[in-house]
Amino acid sequence: MAVTTQTEPAPTEPPRTEPAKGTRIRGTQRRGIALHVSLLFGVLLSAFPFYWAVIMSTHTSTEIFSYPPKLLPGSHFGDNLSKLFDSIDFFGSMFNSLLVAVSVTFLVLFFDSLAAFVFAKFSFPGRRTLFAMMMAIFMVPAQLAAIPQFVIMAKLGWIGSMTSLIVPAAANAFGIFWMRQYMKSAIHDELLDASKIDGASFLRQYWHVALPVVRPGLAFLGIFTFMGQWNDYAWPLIALTNPDNVTLQVALSQLNGVHGTTDYGMVMTGAVLALIPLLIVFAIGAKQIIADLGKGAIR
Amino acid sequence: MATAPLVEKPPAPVAEPPAAHPKKGILSYWRLYAAISPFYLLFLAFGLIPVGFSLYLSFHRWDGLGSMEYAGLSQYRYLLSDTDFWSSIGNTLIIWALATFPMIFLAMITAVMLNSAVRFKNVYRFAYFLPNVTSVVAVAIIFGSVFSTNFGLVNALLQAVGLDQIAWLNTPWGIKVAIATLMTWQWTGYNAIIFLAGLQTIPGELYEAARMDGAGPVQTFFRITLPLMRPVLLFVLVISTVTGLQSFSEPQVLLQSTANESTFSGGPDHAGRTMVLYFFQQTFDNNDFGYGAAVAWGIFLVVVIFSIVNWRLVQRRGED
Repeated sequence: MAVTTQTEPAPTEPPRTEPAKGTRIRGTQRRGIALHVSLLFGVLLSAFPFYWAVIMSTHTSTEIFSYPPKLLPGSHFGDNLSKLFDSIDFFGSMFNSLLVAVSVTFLVLFFDSLAAFVFAKFSFPGRRTLFAMMMAIFMVPAQLAAIPQFVIMAKLGWIGSMTSLIVPAAANAFGIFWMRQYMKSAIHDELLDASKIDGASFLRQYWHVALPVVRPGLAFLGIFTFMGQWNDYAWPLIALTNPDNVTLQVALSQLNGVHGTTDYGMVMTGAVLALIPLLIVFAIGAKQIIADLGKGAIR
Repeated sequence: MATAPLVEKPPAPVAEPPAAHPKKGILSYWRLYAAISPFYLLFLAFGLIPVGFSLYLSFHRWDGLGSMEYAGLSQYRYLLSDTDFWSSIGNTLIIWALATFPMIFLAMITAVMLNSAVRFKNVYRFAYFLPNVTSVVAVAIIFGSVFSTNFGLVNALLQAVGLDQIAWLNTPWGIKVAIATLMTWQWTGYNAIIFLAGLQTIPGELYEAARMDGAGPVQTFFRITLPLMRPVLLFVLVISTVTGLQSFSEPQVLLQSTANESTFSGGPDHAGRTMVLYFFQQTFDNNDFGYGAAVAWGIFLVVVIFSIVNWRLVQRRGED
């Protein structure tokens, strides 16, 4: 029966095209699966160190030192946690980090967007020169200024306090440039003119016309600033001379200190906890960051 | 910022709109000047004056406490013959190369794959960007354990396939590979997303035309994708040069537990002592502020030269 149907000319037509179409679909499907498998492999590589750190935070150092390596959670997270809290002032340093990151973020958002508004929408004598100067500042590497900054801070009596971290970071060239680009395209001149005719002052224009329009740009800048400040390490390491009053990153690095005595389970617990606020902020702003990230490169 | 700032193109000439009130005196603009002044004041206090002072300092001997002593060019002369400084340049360049080339290669592959993936694109982008969000300190601690000699994951893998253990953090090359791996891990996804943004600006008709002409995927990549991606590639290369040549936190945290003398020594044999680490060591360990300033200017010069070289290599002659 099967043989006869196959030999019949009429029904062979559709089956002949069918398998061809089928293989093509299967081919693209297979390529699609291979694509997702490789992408997932990349995700695995990206995520693994996080997983490994979480696993280690649940084991004792002796367990970590054993072979084969532990890949599943243990039961010592609580012990590690209490050891961590005994070793460093975890919440104190976390408070310091939050204080610095939050205040810098708000100051940067305010000062940078205000300056950007001026550069984007107003003309005044010296505008070109001042703007070019700002862009040049961008290129100067941080360590060139590190020593004198330290000396100035010492003279001001700020060394050892969070002021030495907050004040110098309160406005930056990157943010002004970023917000200026954003405002140039987002704020229409007609809108500004209209508000001017209505008698709006400069600050009212900034607050009620400009800011609402550039909220996505502000979100990007804010999240980036927060993450940068939260993670900053080199300057706090120098400026915060009192080991009892440091930011979280510096406190963590103190844990990692002396060779041989490092309690890895405890250190990992600290490392994992220090990532949590960052991951929360990133999760909130991920869409914004990922959408805006490429803009600088392709503009 | 710890995360690389998105350095933009050099300032495009600003089209000056006609001044609304050309006859007004400069004082009438006080609001505008006041609005931009915080940045310039901060820059003056914590940027311009410090940079100028560091130039002045580099011609003096100073321990940070006593009085300064004029030294002329002697510190720069010493810098040129300072084998420790030269070896720190070597270390930095090797680590940079070990990190950057695999990173760009992997980021490009990832971006091309992401570009052709239809589903879960945003989930992937989120996952790939995650390593860049994390603090270098926490990550360096984690990588320190991954590369640890006795219980590290990398050595466990080597053992599992019958190879010998490597004392990663105790051999000159092991240190560099460990630091470079950390940097590659942290930056690949970031650059992949930047590449992806570039890929998405390439019009689909070009690929369509290439396919009609019978070009395979490899040919298409080298003839269409890569040439059109050159500006983005340049951007990524310049950013990774500027940040990579100033690497500090990675080696400092990763190697401070194996450091033989100070937390800035860069591990055994100083094999992980980058330029900036050397700067910190001279300045804050040895309290040699004058020489530290000279080292900082040396680093600045190296970064500028190296950025120009990179720029030239990627930017073809004849193009702008």
